[in-house]
Amino acid sequence: MSQTQDVTITINGEAITRTVPVRMNLVDFIRTEAQLTGSHVGCEHGVCGACTVEIAGAPVRGCLMLAVQADGQEVTTIEGLADSGRSAALRVAFTEHNALQCGFCTPGMLASALEYIDKGGTADRTAIRQHISGNYCRCTGYQSIVEAICDVIETGAKT
Amino acid sequence: MKAADFRYERPDTVAAALALLADESIESAALAGGQSLMPMMNFRIAQPELLVDLNGISDLAGVSVTGDQLTIGAMTRYATLEQATELIHAPLIAQALPYIAHSAIRNRGTIGGSLALADPAAEMPAVMLALGAEITVQSAEDTRVIPVDDFFLGVYETARRATELLTSVSIPVAAPGDHFGFYEIARRHGDYAMAGVAIAQRQGQFRIAFFSVADRAIRATGAEDVLSADPTDIDAAVARLSEIDFDSDLNASAATKQHYAGVVLRRALAGMTV
Repeated sequence: MSQTQDVTITINGEAITRTVPVRMNLVDFIRTEAQLTGSHVGCEHGVCGACTVEIAGAPVRGCLMLAVQADGQEVTTIEGLADSGRSAALRVAFTEHNALQCGFCTPGMLASALEYIDKGGTADRTAIRQHISGNYCRCTGYQSIVEAICDVIETGAKT
Repeated sequence: MKAADFRYERPDTVAAALALLADESIESAALAGGQSLMPMMNFRIAQPELLVDLNGISDLAGVSVTGDQLTIGAMTRYATLEQATELIHAPLIAQALPYIAHSAIRNRGTIGGSLALADPAAEMPAVMLALGAEITVQSAEDTRVIPVDDFFLGVYETARRATELLTSVSIPVAAPGDHFGFYEIARRHGDYAMAGVAIAQRQGQFRIAFFSVADRAIRATGAEDVLSADPTDIDAAVARLSEIDFDSDLNASAATKQHYAGVVLRRALAGMTV
């Protein structure tokens, strides 16, 4: 019998209370309990970055945290970043630069790119590549992703 | 994959955590930042029966300076360390932090978790070896302070017992005239290093620790002796690296590891203002 626990996790401003097995990963809670499927499950060992979500404003791997660890915390998913408008300029730039093909990595790329920009990152392509090194794009679209991020920084667009 | 089933406890105090770990009849694991343990559990390499989550114990996090000692609580996250003004006393840690995985990992990963896990490819064990750190472990019965030279025993193996919790690590603060160097090579920034080195030169004495070249973070005492006698005799120091018991891994043979070790040593030394 799996141990279960009641949790209340605020996702994109909405408190969601469920009884979940303690071994459930946060990203699985987000996808199956909160029904928000923008956070993707890729490698499940913290390498690919597709499950990146914000906890209390800091990006983390949704596959390397248990749902029970997020009890009482505020989580922002890619849906929340879109609804609040925080990712708006990046989304436009990603579209304009064709910075995605299959789109699997895109939610994590946007979350990581947003952290870089929010922390005052400059349009330094090496630094950007270093920052997004924790996000895999298997369509090998890094060049256009880096260009899109640079574009947002250089035009000073509000993200 | 998903982790195998386990029992989960989230104590509020060190004492409560130690009481849980004291029961040796079940296999327990302490969960720090989870950036290594969670993948190992998802792969089912680790299948603890009881997971003791330390993230509710606020006493375990924090950085402080007392006299000439800098003490870092085990649950201090890398992202917190990056912002800590106290790191002016530990330039080597500041140099190594950007190499540790990626931003989203550093937002969760902790220094105590890395030291307790003792991954041979991790940066922090080598940094602590170079700095001559003291590691504090606590059990329900007593507290031990273990010199870092006695702490790392092998792959994922340390002097910490299963009933003990690594609570903090202390290092002597940097003094004027001390110099530090750090370098690693990896296929991609943030990946596990193929070889890396941490160097401290204090009062003329070198401490040089390699990682990702052997079964643990390991000192190069021969090279230390050479450079302590003559900091410019780098070729002789590199020659003495043959004394290390290099291991092969998925990336490279033992012979290639030895070559890499020479490369990272030269580059780290070149980055030092000796």
